[in-house]
Amino acid sequence: MLRILFTRLRQEEKLLVEAARRLDIEVSLEDVKDRVWGGSAPEEDVFLCRCIGHGQNLALARHLEGRGRRVVNPAAVMELCGDKLATTAALEAASIPQPAYRLALSEEGALAAVEEIGYPAVLKPVTGSWGRLLAKVNDREAAEAVVEHKSHLGAHHQIFYVQQYIEKSGSDVRAFIVGGEPICAIRRESGHWITNTARGGKACAQPVEGELDAVLRRVHRAIGGDFLAVDLFGTDGGWLVNEVNDGAEFRNSIAPTGVDIPAAVVRHCAGLGRLRSR
Amino acid sequence: MAQVTCVVCEGQVTLPEGAMEGEILLCADCGTELELVSLDPLTVEEAPQVQEDWGE
Repeated sequence: MLRILFTRLRQEEKLLVEAARRLDIEVSLEDVKDRVWGGSAPEEDVFLCRCIGHGQNLALARHLEGRGRRVVNPAAVMELCGDKLATTAALEAASIPQPAYRLALSEEGALAAVEEIGYPAVLKPVTGSWGRLLAKVNDREAAEAVVEHKSHLGAHHQIFYVQQYIEKSGSDVRAFIVGGEPICAIRRESGHWITNTARGGKACAQPVEGELDAVLRRVHRAIGGDFLAVDLFGTDGGWLVNEVNDGAEFRNSIAPTGVDIPAAVVRHCAGLGRLRSR
Repeated sequence: MAQVTCVVCEGQVTLPEGAMEGEILLCADCGTELELVSLDPLTVEEAPQVQEDWGE
């Protein structure tokens, strides 16, 4: 059975379960917020972990894998994608192009990192989503203010990830990979520099071919995983990989691409054997 | 169409077709996010606030 686990039911989880039922895949949609874990489960069950909190999702995946169960995405993939620095390091090790970045561990280091990257620069928390707490700093004064604010936000924010700002003419690309195959992509357009559709960015279809297809396959080889959403910037020098997401939201990408993303995901899950490595 | 009463402002919130337990509803009157915790009886609670690691 395909067991779709959630803590907050989004449109995506409903679409996944509807797709499974349409495809005659035995499926169970389970709210796991208040559940105690540690009991038994049939070995042939595949768990599609869709908890909205990344830490909880990862904890569940680790537990289930410890019991020998097959989890989508595997915990190791969640770990890589849930930490932007880990993602960056994995991409870098595979020589996959990405925006220039610097890492710093103090306020002074962060300001020096911004100066090295040049203005404008983007400060990102290493964990987080939906464009939360991203800061584009256009000058030294703005950098000083953001860095000072971050210094009061707790331990996660004392790891300063500073990224080159990529001019993207108001658009960037999100591509979906299922079972290692790039299946579709959208181009996101927004008047705001953060183009996330969760924040109102508009989507239209982006063909997946040529260099884009090749980069996505390299990303999958570097990160692994069953279902990934990859954010990229198109530049004159080629594609740059910005982020890789392991718990992708896709409700706004189905209509523009005409691709039934939830069906592709559940079909892939249904074909998985137990404990196949990433 | 089934309706449920907002626990914050007592406004009436209409359930979408095929509503499921765990689904988030938005009260049009006060903007509160409500979690549908039970279909029988129809029960909603204030949804948890967004946490730092929520998302994709």
